[in-house]
Amino acid sequence: MCGIFGVMDKRRQMMDGSGIRQALSMMNERGSGEGAGYAAYGIYPEYQDCYALHVFFDNACDGKAVVDAMLEEWGTIEHDEVIPTYDQPNLRATCTTPWRYFFVPDPSLAPGSASPERDVITSLVMRINANVDGAQVVSSGKNVGVFKASGWPEDVANFYRIEDYEGYLWLAHNQYTTSNPGRWEKPDPFNLHDWSVVENGKITSYGTNRRYIESFGYTCSLETDSELITYVIDLLVRQHGLDIDLAIRALSPPFWEDIDLMPEAEADLNRALRLAYGSATMNGPYTVLAANPDMMVGFTDRGKLRPMVVGECGDRLYVASEEAAIRAMEPGVESITMPAAGEPVIGRVAP
Amino acid sequence: MNNNIGSIPLRYRVTIDRDQCMECERCIENCSYGVFRRDGDRILINSRKCTACHRCLAYCPRDAISLEEYPCDYRNHPVWTRQTREAIYNQARTGKIILAGMGSVANLPVIFDHLMLDASQVTTPPTDPLREPVELRTYLGKKPSKLELRRNADGDVELATPLAPNLMLETPIMLGHMSYGAISLNAQISMARAAKETGTYMGTGEGGLHAGLYPYQDRMIVQVASGRFGVNIDYLERGAAIEIKLGQGAKPGIGGHLTGEKVSKDVSRTRMIPEGSDAISPAPHHDIYSTEDLSQLVRSIKEATEWKKPVFAKIAAVNNTAENVAAVARASVDAVVIDGFRGGTGAAPKVFRDHVGIPLEVAVASADRELSRQGLRNEVSLIACGSIRESADVVKAIALGADAVYIGTAALVAMGCRVCGNCYQGLCPWGIATQRPDLVQRLDPDVASKQVANLIQAWTMEITELMGAAGINSIESLRGNRDRLRGYMLDENLLSVLDVKSVGA
Repeated sequence: MCGIFGVMDKRRQMMDGSGIRQALSMMNERGSGEGAGYAAYGIYPEYQDCYALHVFFDNACDGKAVVDAMLEEWGTIEHDEVIPTYDQPNLRATCTTPWRYFFVPDPSLAPGSASPERDVITSLVMRINANVDGAQVVSSGKNVGVFKASGWPEDVANFYRIEDYEGYLWLAHNQYTTSNPGRWEKPDPFNLHDWSVVENGKITSYGTNRRYIESFGYTCSLETDSELITYVIDLLVRQHGLDIDLAIRALSPPFWEDIDLMPEAEADLNRALRLAYGSATMNGPYTVLAANPDMMVGFTDRGKLRPMVVGECGDRLYVASEEAAIRAMEPGVESITMPAAGEPVIGRVAP
Repeated sequence: MNNNIGSIPLRYRVTIDRDQCMECERCIENCSYGVFRRDGDRILINSRKCTACHRCLAYCPRDAISLEEYPCDYRNHPVWTRQTREAIYNQARTGKIILAGMGSVANLPVIFDHLMLDASQVTTPPTDPLREPVELRTYLGKKPSKLELRRNADGDVELATPLAPNLMLETPIMLGHMSYGAISLNAQISMARAAKETGTYMGTGEGGLHAGLYPYQDRMIVQVASGRFGVNIDYLERGAAIEIKLGQGAKPGIGGHLTGEKVSKDVSRTRMIPEGSDAISPAPHHDIYSTEDLSQLVRSIKEATEWKKPVFAKIAAVNNTAENVAAVARASVDAVVIDGFRGGTGAAPKVFRDHVGIPLEVAVASADRELSRQGLRNEVSLIACGSIRESADVVKAIALGADAVYIGTAALVAMGCRVCGNCYQGLCPWGIATQRPDLVQRLDPDVASKQVANLIQAWTMEITELMGAAGINSIESLRGNRDRLRGYMLDENLLSVLDVKSVGA
């Protein structure tokens, strides 16, 4: 059981983090005070053409030299600095030092790719996270950053002074921890370049999905669901060119008995999706909120074993585990709906 | 006597409780091996002919018959076991290869029994199959690894390229290839009806397709083996799918052997071979000496059947199964069948049956891993067979990477077979592995088909329950899901080959 929250402004109007902090802490019943995190799009306008790499170092001496060297090899570091933090006595302390790099990958290192920069970023992140001791890349997209730690949502927000950041799309996660409570990188959001994911769930198909995604060169080093979901979405949308609604349908497909009743062309398409992506299909209870710079999507498992509430107010779309969280940020919310099992919610930001 | 070995101690001793016996002679009628005969006012017993087929026990109305195995001991010795000594006596006398029926009797651990299944508790809820859907529907055949889509005039997304033909199964259990000849027509008809009733398929084996099975041809997978018995265009066109048999788990590296005793007139017509002749299929296909030859044969068959039917290839589980499977996956084949070393047979040389090949569990796991690693997993479906004994074996095989399984011996047992292992004699008193008309008519397809269908349905329900307990509501989420298995008392190397963690990990 976890609490998840996402908000998006269709016209890219900025929201600072204070409202998101408030919404997330409204769901403390759903967490255990050992992990929370925030992902925000639009926070680094001054470096919007660079990939912002947020990296957790166990201590800045060990892993950092290795990461610096790798980045220099794979592109150019435009700027790097420690992420400003403010000690919170209630955080579960580790010696983690959050760092951020603004990095421009060298596209010539991924020749022949349709999206060479993202390919470079993907393999860089895989290598650092799997092989470099004491370093963990927690976000790696343009104009986006993930802020997370072990503690209650308020303490994590205060640690980073989340209200100092302004974004047009936010995801947040209040974790009910079941393993590795001390590791700051464990809570969601998980991010890989464009995509960020928060999840309330525990997928029972993890072994099948992991084997599938790793056969495409992704490495699941964190072993969380959100890590896997991020990779699968990246594969299906970026590499296989599926529209997001079809990608979601591949992950959370209709039952065969429903497909059998569809008109022929639709049934053929849905059958083909299940045949092609059976190993990517996720089973077990989950609500997933995923975002990239242009959209925010929410979907549940096809039995809807975890809650998902959708709110709309003006230009803002909210998706959360609980209505109370939405109302905490937007008391005057205009509409509240609860989508049916497997029915996705897709919000797109105006170009 | 032309040897100085004398008689070997009895394998079985049959006794009749004379107080219970009412001398109805059902034992005499039922025993096709000639154990019982009447001599005056007594029923005499020749235990030496007994195969422990249990037919007499099953049909004795007074439960008067008892059977004991190994009534006479040898001096116990850990190396020179009874079996070792008796094989030597046998070969010293005959100078021949020893033939045996059914699967391996080698006393080796069964890996399936050391794999434990998972269930959901707190972090995920179990699914209740009585109240929520749990999908077992399985498609066998090539799957696209990505889709080509287009938008139609209305702006809807449509599939741009059609899918390769697949078989659609309502349950991941199919009935394996046992030929007409090895088994009786009634046995085949019983299984064919069961396949139709349960929404699955059955294999013809390499014995051709008897006209009696034409009504079920859309449920039949027709086999093309190295002897090409019964193969012509009509045969290929009747099948729902076509399977090329390259190897068999019970006897990897050698061809099939149907003893002449079982080649009756009808079998001879169906197989297109002379009556009473041994049907010995060659070890290799004489038109396949390399993988590219296989690819040509597959395409020829597809061309002949207008690319409408999936083509399977069956191989025995051997050391380099993964490499073999990867080779087959590149040969336009739609599904690879892996037959483990415990797989059954009508007749195989004992030395092959008990010594050649590797366990199914290992072969499936390594094939699945290799196909995934080479990006070929969607190119072929994996079908596991060779000693699938119960529903848990099906679930474990799928979790190790199989798409579906074939059952052979289990289906025969459902029809009454007692696994006596004397199939090659052609005297099966249950009417299964025989062509003798009086024996064949003992197997009533109306009854036997129901029993086979019951077995498939019972296993299907158990699989549904096991999946529900694991919180999985569609079978593709079980396939290759090693996370839901744990190895109990398996060594580290084996665990790593299977890619399964130890219990407690």
